[in-house]
Amino acid sequence: MKKMHLPKFKNDIKDRFKGEKEKFVKVKARLSRALIYVLLILLTLPIIWFYLCLGVQSFSGKTLYGFIPVSLTLKNWRFLWQPQTYEGFPNIWMVTLNTLFLAIGVMALTITISTMCAYIISRYNFRGKEFILKGSLIIRGFPSITLLVGVFYLLWKLKLINTLSGVILVKVGFELPFQIWIMKGFFDGVPWDIEMAALMDGATRFQTWYKVLLPLVKPGILALSLLAFLSGWSEFIYTFSFIFQDIKWTLSLYAVGLIGQSRFVDYGLLTAVSVFFMIPVIVIFSVGQKYLLQLTIAGTKGK
Amino acid sequence: MRITLENLSKHFGKVKAVDNLNFEISDGEFVALLGPSGCGKTTTLLMIAGIYKPTKGYIYFGEKIVNEILPKDRGIGMVFQSYALYPHMTVFDNIIFPLSLKKVPKDEMARKCRKTTKLMQIEELLDRRPAQLSGGQQQRVALCRALIKEPDILLLDEPLSNLDAKLRLEMRSELKKLQRKIGITMIFVTHDQLEAVCMADRIVVMSSGTLQQFSSADGLYNHPNNLFVAGFIGSPPMNFFNVFLKKTKDGFSLRNKNFQVVVPREMEQKIENTLRPPEMILGIRPEDINIDSQKGIRAEVYTVEPLGREILVNFRVGDSIVRVITSPLFKAGAEEILRLNFNMNKIHLFEKMSQKSLKVVS
Repeated sequence: MKKMHLPKFKNDIKDRFKGEKEKFVKVKARLSRALIYVLLILLTLPIIWFYLCLGVQSFSGKTLYGFIPVSLTLKNWRFLWQPQTYEGFPNIWMVTLNTLFLAIGVMALTITISTMCAYIISRYNFRGKEFILKGSLIIRGFPSITLLVGVFYLLWKLKLINTLSGVILVKVGFELPFQIWIMKGFFDGVPWDIEMAALMDGATRFQTWYKVLLPLVKPGILALSLLAFLSGWSEFIYTFSFIFQDIKWTLSLYAVGLIGQSRFVDYGLLTAVSVFFMIPVIVIFSVGQKYLLQLTIAGTKGK
Repeated sequence: MRITLENLSKHFGKVKAVDNLNFEISDGEFVALLGPSGCGKTTTLLMIAGIYKPTKGYIYFGEKIVNEILPKDRGIGMVFQSYALYPHMTVFDNIIFPLSLKKVPKDEMARKCRKTTKLMQIEELLDRRPAQLSGGQQQRVALCRALIKEPDILLLDEPLSNLDAKLRLEMRSELKKLQRKIGITMIFVTHDQLEAVCMADRIVVMSSGTLQQFSSADGLYNHPNNLFVAGFIGSPPMNFFNVFLKKTKDGFSLRNKNFQVVVPREMEQKIENTLRPPEMILGIRPEDINIDSQKGIRAEVYTVEPLGREILVNFRVGDSIVRVITSPLFKAGAEEILRLNFNMNKIHLFEKMSQKSLKVVS
């Protein structure tokens, strides 16, 4: 009797202990996950706070503590329908068009050049390849603002000063090294076999690039297009330095213009313009997330 | 199309990937390039394809030197080891890609596509994308794409290595049938001797960039030119012994510290014709050794591996291991002492210095 009883008793204890242990592990996992969330929220809170204030303020007359609206109004958004917000200010839609022209110009030019350059750098061996690759990264390390004087002189000599095309060229020049570097990673990921197969099938080198390789690096092209567009859209330093006429303003200059306009800055108006300025950024990031994420993956391949 | 390689070499920097290759493939022949990995067989194939330019030497198609002709103008179809299908195109677009580059009219493309896909039995896959196909189907698509141009030569790089074992067996006979059916000159690269032996009419054996032997499977197996071919072809491989050649009263004998055998009469003539170097290598295939309990070379059973239809027994003779294939009725435990007898009519003799077979030397 005793003998039969004893093992059962032992097992009971074991089982109970096992249950406790499992519970403990579960709680521990939940706690650590909670900790991660708390940390992330704390880290992003200031950023969320800024944007919340910005959004709320653009629709309110007065606020308490900066984010509780006392009265709602559309007055701040008057720049959208008024022909001129201030004396001598260009129409907002004109400015938006300018900005679009700049952004699309930068995007189109960088993508065209970077896909071609990246293909050659990825597939061909030529003297100085290493140097070009290293050099492009080093150049990227220097603050571009140090080159403003030289670039100004160059644009002036080329009669491109005070034109958006001039700004586009400069912007593209500074964007390219990074874009080529990333794009090269995407081309490196395409197996040689596919390219050889295309050559065997009767394609010329150009047809191979255009018909076979470009479709295969499409995710890279999309991601880099978005980045190029955004960097053109939010460009400030070059437009500020090389554009003198207000009819050629871009949105960033418009916003800065508002700050410098009167002694008392109309913060309501400024927030509304800022929100308007941000819309494409938000849209692009929410739509293009999928492609932008691939960028980091392919980026690791860049060698 | 007849293909001739003349002193063909390809060097990558200091590495001689292919060195002074000479052979001729006749029209409609099915040839395998066989060798261990890194022996230059794929490099040779890519030179024939026109992807690599030879460092030295010439490639002839028929009477014409094609060294400077672009791959697309050589009339070649090629299937890559990875199949290299274009992932962004449907199967149909993949197959007609070579024709669309030539600006062939649409209805003709569709007609030719129907014809080749029927040949390869993949008509129902045309709307799919490569990622939705199995390995075997992908290979058929790649074959269709290579064949739709109606090339004179079809090149295949390791055509069976990415397939599972059962499919590999099937495709082996199917590729052979296909070659017979369309009568095209076909060259394929493989590292698997069984594939080469099963499919090809003749086999080019390569090692470290040089040609070792070019002959039929039977020739490679029964009359190897050198030590490399003798050891590479056949599984389990041939047994080799270092021996000394000695002239006796009536003929020659081969001897080392474990055994002494008499050279058969037919071989004596061959030995007479050479410089008669004293150091030789004797080769004998595992199936040409008989096991006896009384007479012969003393051997100790090392391991016994039942292979199903037959048994592979590893014996220890002196410090070397001798592989013997015997009937499944064989019964012996490890460390048992038995006797071995060589079937002397089946032995191969190689010069130790040049590693060449005696028949080549003479």
